[in-house]
Amino acid sequence: MTVPVTPPAGPAATVPAPGAAARAASGLAAGPTIGVLALQGDVREHAAALAAVGARAVAVRRRSELEAVDGVVVPGGESTTIDKLLRLFELDEPLRAAIAEGMPVYGSCAGMILLADRIEGGAAGQRTLGGMDVLVRRNAFGRQVDSFEADLEVAGVPGGPVRTAFIRAPWVEQAGPGVEVLARIPATTADGRDAGAAAGKIVAARQGRLLATAFHPEITGDVRVHALFARLVEDSRRS
Amino acid sequence: MSESSTRPGAGEAGLGEVGTARVKRGMAEMLKGGVIMDVVTPEQAKIAEDAGAVAVMALERVPADIRAQGGVARMSDPDMIEGIIDAVSIPVMAKARIGHFVEAQVLQSLGVDYVDESEVLTPADYANHIDKWAFTVPFVCGATNLGEALRRITEGAAMIRSKGEAGTGDVSNATTHMRQIRQEIRRLTSLPTDELFVAAKELQAPYELVAEVARTGKLPVVLFTAGGIATPADAAMMMQLGAEGVFVGSGIFKSGDPAARAKAIVQATTFHDDPDVIAKVSRGLGEAMVGINVEAEPAPVRLAERGW
Repeated sequence: MTVPVTPPAGPAATVPAPGAAARAASGLAAGPTIGVLALQGDVREHAAALAAVGARAVAVRRRSELEAVDGVVVPGGESTTIDKLLRLFELDEPLRAAIAEGMPVYGSCAGMILLADRIEGGAAGQRTLGGMDVLVRRNAFGRQVDSFEADLEVAGVPGGPVRTAFIRAPWVEQAGPGVEVLARIPATTADGRDAGAAAGKIVAARQGRLLATAFHPEITGDVRVHALFARLVEDSRRS
Repeated sequence: MSESSTRPGAGEAGLGEVGTARVKRGMAEMLKGGVIMDVVTPEQAKIAEDAGAVAVMALERVPADIRAQGGVARMSDPDMIEGIIDAVSIPVMAKARIGHFVEAQVLQSLGVDYVDESEVLTPADYANHIDKWAFTVPFVCGATNLGEALRRITEGAAMIRSKGEAGTGDVSNATTHMRQIRQEIRRLTSLPTDELFVAAKELQAPYELVAEVARTGKLPVVLFTAGGIATPADAAMMMQLGAEGVFVGSGIFKSGDPAARAKAIVQATTFHDDPDVIAKVSRGLGEAMVGINVEAEPAPVRLAERGW
């Protein structure tokens, strides 16, 4: 990504974002302000993808920054590290409260783990924010040598398959009745091999205003999942 | 893939295209803003994971001990690496000697998530580095300047760490090399196109890569820092100088209270621009590693000068 957007955890993060109210007062039409949780992970890539779909992306590391955004992206990264930093810097409860109040949140990979109500394969004592009625298995696809790229159909994303990258990725083992499945691993791979235990596993899902993908659209340059999330945030601001 | 095959060999279970540049570089993107900690035992690996490390680096001896004990430093025992892989759920990296492609093959077959072709170990080849494109597992390599970084990327490195002087607890070399790399990148961005050809010649790097750095103002892969980082303030300074994450070697497990220091360095890395947080986490950490002044080390034992 070449776009010089808000750097992860940069000094710009301390400047509160103008919220919807400020924009309304200014009379300027603008996309939603979406925070990227900037404790650890590929913050810059998510910020660039959000900017590419017309949203204003800001880094969120503090409660005050969380209060100034219309939606939040929990990026890819190390879920155990992000969990610890959320608790140490007391962002976990404010985020849970925001989710409960209906703030739209999109999580990719580690972000999917953090949005899950239940996880398998977590580190000792690992917690999540929760909100999605799913059981997510961490590192389900294996180690880094098993990480892969593939084209995948995602419901709600028009225009053909999405280019996806799965990096030490999780999958959804079980989903409750309120969860809308957006993508599954097909039974056979593009080159005709059996997908084995991964066949049919859920890798993109939505529940209310929560969106989660096991893959990273933010590093493949395909911004349509971010466009889907930006629309979700836009709709939530109107309602 | 069944439960028992969560650790298959090199990409055999891949469900799409494995080992692509995007997947290799992408793995490093996921480590950004994090701390990767050197560990020599499964117990240390667990302490690192509990402290919030984004990954651990398995090696035979930490650099301070390699320095003190001398002798040839090699890849760790596979039993030890497997023990560490089994002990933690976070990514596990391991070091291979410069040019030792068979050590790298072994590490890939063990299922490590990243191979560090490292000057901290004794080089196995004084002319050639490993052809890293030939592997599914991604590689991180050290660099003291932009030309060295771009040569490693040309060979297939998917992540770069600036070299410091490992095992000293003296951050001065890490500072020099990070400043050097960043300064050379800034210089490239200011050059007119016709001068980029000569710049490529001087950097001893391919023109296409030099032109890409000039256009984007950054390396095409993630840039971490390493070598001599011993305190939360050291880590924060390197982040402010432009590192995207931090490797800490001897600085944690050669200190008085490794668990507390590890956790503090993790927090200081995230809030590297907030002195209040760095002050808070720097309190009561016990003794830092004693350290060796780099200037007091004779040139033949300076590790950063290995690699070319």
